Amino acid sequence: MASPRNSRTILPGFGLSLGFTLTYLGLIVLVPLSAAFMKTAGMSWHDFVAAVASPRVVAAYRLTFGASLAAGFVNMVFGLVVAWVLVRYSFPGKRIVDALVDLPFALPTAVAGIALTSLYSPNGWVGRFLAPLGLKVAFTWTGVFVALTFIGLPFVVRTLQPVLQELEPEIEEAASTLGASRLQTVTRIILPELAPSLLTGFALAFARALGEYGSVVFISGNMPMKTEIVPLLIITKLEQYDYRGATAIAVVMLVASFFLLLLINLLQKWSRRYQAI
Amino acid sequence: MNPCWGAPSAPYAHQPPLTLAIAPPATLSTRSLNAAHRRANRDPAWARWLLTGVALVFLAFFLVLPLLSVFVQAFAKGGAYFLAAVREPDALASIRLTLLTVAISVPANVAFGIAAAWTITKFRFPGKSLLTTLIDLPFAVSPVISGLIYVLVFGAQGWFGPWLIEHNVRVIFAVPGIILATTFVTFPFVARELIPLMQAQGTDEEYSAVTLGASGWQTFWRVTLPNIRWGLLYGVILCNARAMGEFGAVSVVSGHIRGETNTMPLHVEILYNEYNIAGAFAVASLLALLAIATLVLKSAVEWRQRGTA
Repeated sequence: MASPRNSRTILPGFGLSLGFTLTYLGLIVLVPLSAAFMKTAGMSWHDFVAAVASPRVVAAYRLTFGASLAAGFVNMVFGLVVAWVLVRYSFPGKRIVDALVDLPFALPTAVAGIALTSLYSPNGWVGRFLAPLGLKVAFTWTGVFVALTFIGLPFVVRTLQPVLQELEPEIEEAASTLGASRLQTVTRIILPELAPSLLTGFALAFARALGEYGSVVFISGNMPMKTEIVPLLIITKLEQYDYRGATAIAVVMLVASFFLLLLINLLQKWSRRYQAI
Repeated sequence: MNPCWGAPSAPYAHQPPLTLAIAPPATLSTRSLNAAHRRANRDPAWARWLLTGVALVFLAFFLVLPLLSVFVQAFAKGGAYFLAAVREPDALASIRLTLLTVAISVPANVAFGIAAAWTITKFRFPGKSLLTTLIDLPFAVSPVISGLIYVLVFGAQGWFGPWLIEHNVRVIFAVPGIILATTFVTFPFVARELIPLMQAQGTDEEYSAVTLGASGWQTFWRVTLPNIRWGLLYGVILCNARAMGEFGAVSVVSGHIRGETNTMPLHVEILYNEYNIAGAFAVASLLALLAIATLVLKSAVEWRQRGTA
């Protein structure tokens, strides 16, 4: 181990700050997280499979992953439009709109949850116009999708904005000089260059949506097999004192999240390679 | 400044150093060149109108409408009802508990964030990029699971459960559990703001201070802290917003005892489930005000940093 003295630093405090960092990280994050894996390690394989693959749990996976994917795709499209408009165009009130994009990060999820539910319930501001068309949003799959779209939007916009800002204008000029139409320039030059960050934004929004609880529980209706998301199922099992069942499902979700985290790291490295001049 | 607030990210060690683009002075020739640039990069007017319209309508539906509806419904039964809902003893108890939680978990994470950033940016040691990744870990964990893991450690069935019961200490379904879960969920905010900032600033100023005879703490208080104060403030604003509004993690460990272990978001949930819609939105509107204040402060700090950069 290279001690800091060997790497010729004269700054003090290495031992103190590293010690404090590791102790705090261990006590708050690593030890509690390992408890989930230890608890599951004590289960037999048969019990584990029974806990994480029962029909009710599988229905919850399907809802959570399906709605998160759909919300991620919608955010990819509209997030790109919002980021493009915020970076390339100017219009009155742009700074306010730009600040507002972070609202889903700043607004407590429970508040977002009850607000969306009241908007989209059959007598709400939006729901009352959708009800005559036969469209039910609150307490259905669509409601879960709407809440997850809300929560994921800033991830795509905030990932794309800096990349769009640093896009070199010379490339677009070269394309236009060589006779490309504006549409060709956008689809063949700009979009491919944005692809890594679009995917990163999508993955971030998707990862957040998988674990999201507060904004979804109010609007989903929470019917087993139909509108029950995985985090809610974990809470339901806990309330029935089925700690092993709850932890087993949590471990499946943790593994999925860590896999996504790894993927996001790789995606960000990929997009940064494109950015490097 | 991190592009994504609340998102896991790659280890900062791999980030390229900050580069400053210095624009050449605009002479006549470059100015006409700039005009040509603009033409090549400009979308047709109809596309500009269409895209701006689509973006604004989308944001209006998904962001403005929910925010507006919180305030409209908070006052649906009039100002007197609003005041009564906000000043009711259980509501006041929830506000006090939320403030207590923030008063402990935010400073704890500030201390950690500074220590972690100091370690990672001022020294070289093996395992540094692993450490940076581990700091981001709580962002990848679902809030519900963040609560669950503390139940597994401190709950009646958990590792320390029997010992805690023997010594009559309550962590789960009590205030300490709420504080721990909140600290976990807001764990990375300050550190991930400070690490890239201190990496970009380097160690030259600290070296000079130490060479001139300053002690470690003097160097930190007089040199490092003034340099990082805006980034630190930014991290504290984000950390505070999440700590006050956390719902999933706290909901697992709180036990929902009215007037005792209910934070503001949990109080909103209880009122809403009791069909006291106006009361729920009254308390929710306080949290929405906090969100607006957070956005305003955040934009102000960003603007201020851009000014000094």
